[in-house]
Amino acid sequence: MSLLQIKDLSVTFDSEDGPVHAVNNLSLSIDQGQTLGIVGESGSGKSQTAFSIMGLLAPNGRTSGSVTFDGQEILGAKPKTLNKLRAERIAMIFQDPMTSLNPYMRISDQMAEVLTLHKGMSKTDALAECTRMLDAVKIPAAKERIRLYPHEFSGGMRQRVMIAMSLLCRPDLLIADEPTTALDVTVQAQIMDLLNDLQREFGMATILITHDLGVVAGFCERVLVMYGGRVMEEGPTDPLFAQPTHPYTRGLLAAVPRVDDEDAIMKAIPGNPPNMADPPKGCPFHPRCDFAGEDCLVMPPLEPFAANRARACRRPIEKVAP
Amino acid sequence: MFTFILKRLAIAIPTLLLLIVISFLLMHSAPGGPFTAERELPPQVLANLNAKYGLDQPLWRQITTYVWGIVAHFDFGPSFVYKDRTVNQIIAQGFPITLTYGLISFAVAVIFGVSLGVAAAIRHNSLLDYIAVGVSIGAQVLPNFVMAPILVLIFTLWLGVLPGGGWQGPEYWIMPVIALSTSFMASIARITRSSMLEVLTSNHIRTARAKGLPERRVILRHALKPALLPVISYLGPAFVAMITGSVVVDIYFSTGGIGKAFVDSALNRDYAVMMGVTILVGALTIFFTLVVDILYGWIDPKIRY
Repeated sequence: MSLLQIKDLSVTFDSEDGPVHAVNNLSLSIDQGQTLGIVGESGSGKSQTAFSIMGLLAPNGRTSGSVTFDGQEILGAKPKTLNKLRAERIAMIFQDPMTSLNPYMRISDQMAEVLTLHKGMSKTDALAECTRMLDAVKIPAAKERIRLYPHEFSGGMRQRVMIAMSLLCRPDLLIADEPTTALDVTVQAQIMDLLNDLQREFGMATILITHDLGVVAGFCERVLVMYGGRVMEEGPTDPLFAQPTHPYTRGLLAAVPRVDDEDAIMKAIPGNPPNMADPPKGCPFHPRCDFAGEDCLVMPPLEPFAANRARACRRPIEKVAP
Repeated sequence: MFTFILKRLAIAIPTLLLLIVISFLLMHSAPGGPFTAERELPPQVLANLNAKYGLDQPLWRQITTYVWGIVAHFDFGPSFVYKDRTVNQIIAQGFPITLTYGLISFAVAVIFGVSLGVAAAIRHNSLLDYIAVGVSIGAQVLPNFVMAPILVLIFTLWLGVLPGGGWQGPEYWIMPVIALSTSFMASIARITRSSMLEVLTSNHIRTARAKGLPERRVILRHALKPALLPVISYLGPAFVAMITGSVVVDIYFSTGGIGKAFVDSALNRDYAVMMGVTILVGALTIFFTLVVDILYGWIDPKIRY
């Protein structure tokens, strides 16, 4: 049985301009210890997918479909049920480490309350454990610095604190929502290395949400490419990157700047991401797609086409040997 | 922190001096004087009176004598109107009364205002929220001089349960407190509500929820402190406004507080009492601004003095 199974998840926000369909009929599953990357542009619905798993959607968000964790339905579950899972079994780290920690509380208090609440630890034991965890995320002089406030840390250090805080209860699933987007490139690499090491050491399943394909390539076993709130293509990372079959995946890969080849042209995908309050008919990518035709006006289903791979496209670029 | 407080107290001295000089000049530039009456006094008597209270001296002289009296003897001078009473006595008699119902009103306004604001924010766009907003707006358009007669009408004249005026025990406190605190409570509720709504959408609250904290704890431990910052900056001026707002309460309910003395002194041109109360309110303003700044530093660790 999968650790987390999402079936036909849709997320809709009520807005003044009418309903905004942020996520449409998304299905995915992840097993114990697996790493899954969700890739897509801003507004493709990847973060909202994560928030619906955690029950953290904005109040005007509505969901349908099913999210089961360890066999238990958690979509729309009561706060009490969710609070048992949050931090203890499913933890999350967020995009912006500058604002995601509470600026008015010491790191020690913010971290320790996770353990006193979920594990019933005494304050002293909790603090000792928190210090150990800060050591594990390689924060120097953790014993002293745990007494500091968030603003006394750099962005990279704050993200380390966030990671340490999320791992305190040794969760089964870690959702990392663009953990490096707000950081300098050099710090990004350090944080990804750290996440990689910790994932191996703790063995938790990890969903990494990012728009950085390089980060996915180095971290995830499987990838899910999202566009316009839908899954475009999914499969094991290496074959998917080596032979992308969906025009969008291909466009995304062609848009990655290459350092090793100075003459290579960085090809941007023409056009703009869809307006989710008024999405295009059929495949959301067809207005920007070089291969689109009449038949793309009806949304293609996500269909398996090769070993472990699936795509939602009527006009894939090339056939891959099965 | 300690040097910060010392520095602020040091700045308070020139501030108060400036306040004294400006009020003194304004007071003397107004036509008339303490001994102007409908039936004019004989010139000789007037000259004697002026000489007795030092009013025949040049203005700079009067100011320096006055300030020196305060600095050297903490003496705010004699009342120009009540022959047997000094300003110190008048303030000592009225201020405790004003302070008593002022502090109670302050506590009532803060406790009810913050609770109402937080409750409205948590149940945003619910019936409770609409009621709270409606009550706040209604209460805000009911300043103390409107509240006071309404209260007397209801509780004294119709129901006959509360005394309409005087200052002889706790039952005399109720109406002044309601009259004084209502509009402040409403303002505090509105500030708390909007700032709480803003804080609840911030990223660190999402983190707190992702940690599996019960909503109660998220609100009390993570959201309340930052949500109170704008409320606290409002509280300093609000407290002073309550003390000065006591003018209406004192007159309407005959509570005998400092407000009555203030109004009488203005009408009678009782220079010394007027100056005394002005300095008192000025000093309170400076003090509460300092308290607000200290509270700010206590809540927000980024603020260090």
